[in-house]
Amino acid sequence: MPILWLFLIVLAIAAGGYFLGRSRALQSAGGDSRSLHSLPSFYGANVFLKTIVPAFGLLILWLLVQPIYVNTQISGMIPETAIKEGSSRSLVLAEVRRAASGLDNAVEQGLITEDIAQNARADFTDMTQRLKDAGQVVTSNITQPILRAAQSYRVLNSTGRSAMTIAVLLAAVAGAAISLWQTNKVFRARNVVEQGVQVLLLAAASIAILTTVGIVLSLVFNTWEFFKLYPASDFFFGTTWSPSFSGRGGSSELGIIPLLWGTFYISLVALLVAVPIGLFAAIYLSEYASPRVRAFAKPLLEVLAGIPTIVYGLFALLTVGPLLLGVFGDEGLGWMKAGTAVVTAGLVMGIMLIPFVSSLSDDIINAVPQAMRDGSYGLGATQSETIRQVVLPAALPGIVGAILLAASRAIGETMIVVLGAGAAARLSLNPFEAMTTVTAKIVSQLTGDADFASPEALVAFALGMTLFILTLGLNVFALYIVRKYREQYE
Amino acid sequence: MNDMSRVERQVDANEIKLECRDCQVYYGDNHAIKDVNVDIEDKTVTAFIGPSGCGKSTFLRCLNRMNDTIDVARVEGSFKLDGEDIYDKRVDPVQLRAKVGMVFQKPNPFPKSIYDNVAYGPRIHGLARNKAELDEIVEKSLRRGAIWDEVKDRLDAPGTGLSGGQQQRLCIARAVATEPEVLLMDEPCSALDPIATAQVEELIDELRSRYSVVIVTHSMQQAARVSQKTAFFHLGNLVEFGETGQIFTNPEDPRTESYITGRIG
Repeated sequence: MPILWLFLIVLAIAAGGYFLGRSRALQSAGGDSRSLHSLPSFYGANVFLKTIVPAFGLLILWLLVQPIYVNTQISGMIPETAIKEGSSRSLVLAEVRRAASGLDNAVEQGLITEDIAQNARADFTDMTQRLKDAGQVVTSNITQPILRAAQSYRVLNSTGRSAMTIAVLLAAVAGAAISLWQTNKVFRARNVVEQGVQVLLLAAASIAILTTVGIVLSLVFNTWEFFKLYPASDFFFGTTWSPSFSGRGGSSELGIIPLLWGTFYISLVALLVAVPIGLFAAIYLSEYASPRVRAFAKPLLEVLAGIPTIVYGLFALLTVGPLLLGVFGDEGLGWMKAGTAVVTAGLVMGIMLIPFVSSLSDDIINAVPQAMRDGSYGLGATQSETIRQVVLPAALPGIVGAILLAASRAIGETMIVVLGAGAAARLSLNPFEAMTTVTAKIVSQLTGDADFASPEALVAFALGMTLFILTLGLNVFALYIVRKYREQYE
Repeated sequence: MNDMSRVERQVDANEIKLECRDCQVYYGDNHAIKDVNVDIEDKTVTAFIGPSGCGKSTFLRCLNRMNDTIDVARVEGSFKLDGEDIYDKRVDPVQLRAKVGMVFQKPNPFPKSIYDNVAYGPRIHGLARNKAELDEIVEKSLRRGAIWDEVKDRLDAPGTGLSGGQQQRLCIARAVATEPEVLLMDEPCSALDPIATAQVEELIDELRSRYSVVIVTHSMQQAARVSQKTAFFHLGNLVEFGETGQIFTNPEDPRTESYITGRIG
């Protein structure tokens, strides 16, 4: 039975349970809902929850465990002799799976009967040719051990599937029955349902957290692999970035310093653009603009934040780069060789960060109590003096937090750099030269055709880990500052 | 009564500092202050009393044009400080507020050091030529604010770290540092405990020797204790204005009597 059907049946049982639970509760109260502990719908919801939660929990668990179990079983069936020279067990297992799905397809199309699919011997029947006829891509001739494994793979999977269907349905029915049996007028259905909802919320929160943990772990393991192949000291202190693309390794120099320098330089240029403009825009919007201008200008400014970064990248490549080249290039001042340079990417990234800085700063400036401004006006200060000497100092911790958050976005930005800054990893102070960042290099290392187990590919994880730790540190620091500021007025 | 008449004589000797005639305030369509006539005398404490929402704070904010910062507020009538109309186009409201200082209901020290809080006004108005003069102004103001002895050893500490009563006295010191001629106080003691209130009231009495003080208060006892003149506001009208002794012992208007005896408000 397909999983969708199973899903719908469980839902149907739960929906039936809802109405049964509701009416059973009303019945136990003699039809008078006032003498029930909870509203009738809570009794229904109680049954509903107790039906679907165990059933779906079991379903998910089964779907996770079954492939692992089947794989271990099949793996045990394949003798060492069946694994060819230069191949590995996982490759053979993949072939088994391909053969099994080929058998499935062939049976479905009516080319072979189910009986043949289960019992055929590769040495008697030309199974390879038959599977090819069924449209299955088969790499090599199917040998007897592989066919045997594929056959028992199919059997194990289909028994597992049937067992799962039965178990899930049993769980659903049992849940519904037990909760219906519990239902009477003194049962505290409201408390139970509310607790259930609380658990649901908790589960949603933990999925987000667990995902983060998973991401970090995958980074950590691959980084560990990388450091086994490449010395950590060369990675962290090397000043040259020149991966060899031969795929053999050994001749690559993978020093992170030029990439970190590019990241910081481009982010610095971006912040030099974004912080003054964003801050001044925030001051204008929160202190000087009339409500009508504010209602119009603020959303317009925030539109900038909604533009995908790849569009900014195109803007950098096609508009800003040539524009800068016209001024600073050979026809102008002669400082710039090509349109892709640190200033190009930095400028465009700065534009991208303007709404980020201005929107956060605007909120923070608005949070400065009016009493503070009144106090200053009451002493005969002008609006400008009030803003400079009272409002901004009061808002400063929050503004610093906003700038740090913007900085961590700048560090993590990729597309603008790929398109706007060039690809050369270089240690230079000249902002008109092409440079590259950590993020851009992660992309190029993983999209190349390097062997996935080579240091040239694995370095991407070490780079990612470094970047992650940097931005995480910045974010934590920024949140700490913002929170400290909030405590001041509450 | 003998005591009262002595106060009366003293008041009679003072000249009028701020003369308000036919004052109207509108908040949008809402007519908040109607035909108010008040004379604020020099070196006198004038108290505004009345139930919440009667317009006493609104009227107080007219006296240094703080209502200018509210978009929907509109003020009409004549307000003459030493004979000059403060709503005249030639008057800079910023300059006016240096002359007519204000202390607010909630203590609102700036997030700066105690020293910088007091030095704020003198700095923006250029009252001190050098650091020594500024130090002198700060010390003098803190002494007048009756808080010098408590903070003289920690002038660099943040003003927000003081207790509520200390913060309010710091705000008063900050206001007197710009040498105002009139000091407006909008319920300065409503956020303070009785001991801090007593200190601030004592301070108000001392300030009377140099400034004209206008205080808005919800506490009738406080008005009776600190003021020489009292104005009773009700629903945007000035009901009665006169000697404090007169208002509290022998009010002319029945509404005043009802309010001070606790029957309305």
